[in-house]
Amino acid sequence: MSEQFKTFLAGARAEIPLLIGVFPFGMIYGALALNAGLSTAAAQMMSSIVFAGSAQFITAQLVHDSAPGLVIVLTIAVVNLRHMLYSASLAPYLASLSTRWKALLSYLLTDEAYAPTILHYEANGVTPSAHWFLFGAGCSLWTTWQVSTALGIFLGTAIPESWSLDFALPLTFIAMVVPVLKNQPAVAAALSAGVVALVAFSLPYKLGLILAALVGIAVGTFLEGRKSTEGTLPLKEPS
Amino acid sequence: MNIWLVMLLGGLITFGMRFSLIYLLAEGRFELPETIRRALHYVPPAVLSAIIFPELFLPNGSLDLSVGNTRLLAGLIAILVAWFTRNTLITILAGMLALFLLKLVL
Repeated sequence: MSEQFKTFLAGARAEIPLLIGVFPFGMIYGALALNAGLSTAAAQMMSSIVFAGSAQFITAQLVHDSAPGLVIVLTIAVVNLRHMLYSASLAPYLASLSTRWKALLSYLLTDEAYAPTILHYEANGVTPSAHWFLFGAGCSLWTTWQVSTALGIFLGTAIPESWSLDFALPLTFIAMVVPVLKNQPAVAAALSAGVVALVAFSLPYKLGLILAALVGIAVGTFLEGRKSTEGTLPLKEPS
Repeated sequence: MNIWLVMLLGGLITFGMRFSLIYLLAEGRFELPETIRRALHYVPPAVLSAIIFPELFLPNGSLDLSVGNTRLLAGLIAILVAWFTRNTLITILAGMLALFLLKLVL
């Protein structure tokens, strides 16, 4: 077995515990996307075209609310900004690869593929076959995401309207947001964004959502900045 | 805008963000400013809350703080469940069950 294939398998293996969580998530996405009004084809294809869990859930929600396309695209952009962090973090390890490899690995670079990959790089450094780890983790995640989406779409057609399945979308977002409320700035970001979303709800084109998100991000960033300047102030004294 | 165009643009932007710094940083051309790096951490709480709040507080497009607002009550129950279990599936199931039961009772 070649070193590349071994590393590929190691990446796929490291991904397995994450896949257990991803699979039901993909099924829920498939069922909800259909319920939100997407066609079967669009719901399925979004899993390979966008290939980003939370952005796909949010797109389903916004389609359900008949938000204009441009606002949906803008929201996807804001939600996926965090991928720039992953991109920055992996950049030094992937620097020597061809542009083609960089592009392929970028396409596969989701939250769940990033997590085991960065650990692998930190433990083993850059080896000639190291990028096959991310490739393996990414491929197993990609396949799982497509299959689980398909199953969800299939099951979604069987769920009756009276179940208020559309409520599962905000519930999914609640399950995502609660664990990130780890400190004061994060709570303040969430509350300020939520209140602005209520006040600005009547703005046209769902622009209230974008405005609320930007206010929340600004509040969190400002509060953290104030805290960290307070903390580092004594260090700035000339010695 | 057509949903396919939305997905295509959304996909291109997502890919662009994943690819951006892998491409740029490797060439040593660009560094992410500290403020941006910090701001990125607040994207999830801000965006998600901006979606959740109207879903719970404005079930019919106007503010409803009455006990008859089953979505708000079920949502609050889900927040508690999420806080204690940190489990996506259990949170969704608990919230759906709460909504179902509250609708029967109220």
